[in-house]
Amino acid sequence: MEAPRVEQVPELMLTTPFRVRKNRRETVDTRTLELVPAGESKMPAWRPGQFMMLYVFGRGEIPISICGDPEESSVLFHTVRAVGPLSTAICDAKAGSSIGVRGPFGSAWPAEFYEGHDVVLVAGGIGLAPLRPALYRIMSNRRRYARVSLLIGSRTPDILLYPREMAAWRKRDIDIRLTVDAAAPRWKDSVGPVTVLIPRVELEPSRTVAFIVGPEIMMRFVVQALAQRGIPLSRLFVSMERNMKCAAGFCGHCQLGPAFICKDGPVFPYSQLEPWLAIRNL
Amino acid sequence: MQKDIESLLAEHPFFRDFAPDYRALIAGCGKNTHFDSGQLLARTGDSANLFFAIRHGRASIEIHSPERGPLIVQTVDGGEIVGWSWLFPPYRWTFDVRAMEEVRAISFDGECLRGKCDRDPVMGYDFMKRFARVFMQRLENTRLQLLDLYGSPAR
Amino acid sequence: MTKVAGSDCVHFLLNALQKRGYTCIGPTIRDAAIVYDEIRSEQDLPIGYTDEQDGGTYRLKKRSDQARFGYTVGPQSWKQYLFPPSTLLMTARRTSDGFEAASPIDNVRPHAFIGVRPCDLNAIAIQDRTFLKGTYIDRTYQKRREAAFIVVVNCGQAGRTCFCVSMESGPMARSGYDLALTEILESGRHEFLVETGSERGEEVAAELPFRSATEEDGHAAQRMVDRAVHQMGRTMDTSGIKELLYRNMEHPRWDNVAARCLSCANCTMVCPTCFCSSVEEVTDLTDDHTERWRRWDSCFTADHSYIHGGSVRPTTLSRYRQWMTHKLATWIDQFQTSGCVGCGRCITWCPVAIDITEEVRVIRETDGAKRH
Repeated sequence: MEAPRVEQVPELMLTTPFRVRKNRRETVDTRTLELVPAGESKMPAWRPGQFMMLYVFGRGEIPISICGDPEESSVLFHTVRAVGPLSTAICDAKAGSSIGVRGPFGSAWPAEFYEGHDVVLVAGGIGLAPLRPALYRIMSNRRRYARVSLLIGSRTPDILLYPREMAAWRKRDIDIRLTVDAAAPRWKDSVGPVTVLIPRVELEPSRTVAFIVGPEIMMRFVVQALAQRGIPLSRLFVSMERNMKCAAGFCGHCQLGPAFICKDGPVFPYSQLEPWLAIRNL
Repeated sequence: MQKDIESLLAEHPFFRDFAPDYRALIAGCGKNTHFDSGQLLARTGDSANLFFAIRHGRASIEIHSPERGPLIVQTVDGGEIVGWSWLFPPYRWTFDVRAMEEVRAISFDGECLRGKCDRDPVMGYDFMKRFARVFMQRLENTRLQLLDLYGSPAR
Repeated sequence: MTKVAGSDCVHFLLNALQKRGYTCIGPTIRDAAIVYDEIRSEQDLPIGYTDEQDGGTYRLKKRSDQARFGYTVGPQSWKQYLFPPSTLLMTARRTSDGFEAASPIDNVRPHAFIGVRPCDLNAIAIQDRTFLKGTYIDRTYQKRREAAFIVVVNCGQAGRTCFCVSMESGPMARSGYDLALTEILESGRHEFLVETGSERGEEVAAELPFRSATEEDGHAAQRMVDRAVHQMGRTMDTSGIKELLYRNMEHPRWDNVAARCLSCANCTMVCPTCFCSSVEEVTDLTDDHTERWRRWDSCFTADHSYIHGGSVRPTTLSRYRQWMTHKLATWIDQFQTSGCVGCGRCITWCPVAIDITEEVRVIRETDGAKRH
């Protein structure tokens, strides 16, 4: 699951200008940008789970997962949450403006290695964005997988991501279950942490793989709940985040124990990370 | 009627591996109930002499706030239980419990249950252990909700 | 080939290299320390000087002879040139409908590194693994590395903070250089053994006016190196060190060292293998032109591990532990070698004299202790 070597990435630290084709508001602080290559720029090939370094001219870069359909080869989709000056600037980028793109970087969701398995996708908050490309890939090859479920945890119903797409996903035989931290009685699904959905999913533990993205605390509890159902940690894949500057394994910022999140991850089997995550402030 | 309750309890995950004679004892305190969607199973402040084993359907646990209206803080599905206020005085519900869809449940009379646990402490201890496990999980869930994990990170 | 030169070896060597267009970098005295800078003649070397080093201590002293290389290592290492403190990565300018970005023209001058100690040669090999042998290749490092002509100087003495013998990185180099010198200083004799280690080295050595070496010359050089071996100021037991540190991440010794560490980052600046960097955008006053720079960074900075409103390593303890366990343990899993070459710089240049060999010794002696 290694990222491509430098020969396939034109210039490692050179940003490519892209144009914002559309800036769609998802929630009060989250936007989805549709980016197309500007001028002579080329669309890079990418795999579900990978990320780009998105660039605001003269300000800097941040790592953002690609969240579009892998079959869509002419547009790059990124869902971004405004939490700092760079992400806010990216969320504010109007249609027609330029955003720089560098990448793709990182490891991919290993869906193709688990054909014939039950697949459980667990998304917390904006974690649904990095999982969406894996979901599209699975839906395009739906018959190759057994039961596929998507468990989504959100703070409240009104900030669920991609709600309008879920009906279409359900039609592709994806069992979608939702839960929120609190809701008004209009809400008809569950209220509680996303872990409450796990005991209710039908799966065969010896042939189940799970892809999990969300805040680290959430991922830890989800892994526990899935492990309690008998799924080994080597088949529970998480997507990790750390401070990144170069995204290529040189700057040293993203290390977690011996792993560089940018090139050994961000997708990891939990078994690889477990001893390191157990140490505080590592 | 009691025998029906007993077999229903044998199917319910909370009671499934409870000793059969304990189940028979407890069944004496239970009765079948049915709620339409939107109906309250319990109301805040009402005397709490019931605890429910939900068989089918989803129920919400709600708190009512003046400015924000009713807020669901937790949902409970078929196979789960709801209600702890019957355990200790003043025996009053501290939340609303509402059927979110059609709900079938077994309701247990609290006074009857307390009595049976007092008279057979060995059974009582087993019963309380099961209860404790459920509420331990609920507390863990509540803590995760409390952390507001998906909220805006601090600057 | 192996030759023997007189005490003015470097004079002839510099001529030969300068003739071939190399800018020669070597040890010279500046600000009361021996640093690496451009040297034009043999006289630029710290002739007749030595250094006295210990925890938090560095002093220059005059020797009683005219040794050209009678000292160990100063605060700088060769990463100054191969992995420069500031490197331009990209330029960009606004255009009417967006921006354009370009890689800068990276003209690299061929450098000859004069006086590379075996520990530092090992450090270069270690940085090669980071920058050239990983998932990606760092082209700025690659260019500078290929353009560097390396003249090793084997050590005839060791300092009080040296422990290259423990790290198997000196005091003699075996390969990976173009030329290797050993300064022979004994009973009135002052000569240099000159060994070649590459085609480039052979080509230069062929024109140097030195006599051929005899077996005795080889023995004399070996005596110099043996003296260094016996003078090592520190030792580190590296047996099972990776596992030792992995199982002692909650050892109380970390609290002890954290109480002393100032998080000043000196150790990372002087360490020849540390490679952390940051990427910064710098615009001009019009905000229409920007440059992307790579600059040295350190895991000791408070925001090195910052994400989402907080740092993963907010305490000095967590940052010191990160540095030391990376250097001695996780580096092995990442790059299949230790990250430490035993040069001793981190001990010498730590203002509170924290000694990495002592920290390992204490943890080893109290293996398994847990902090509360």
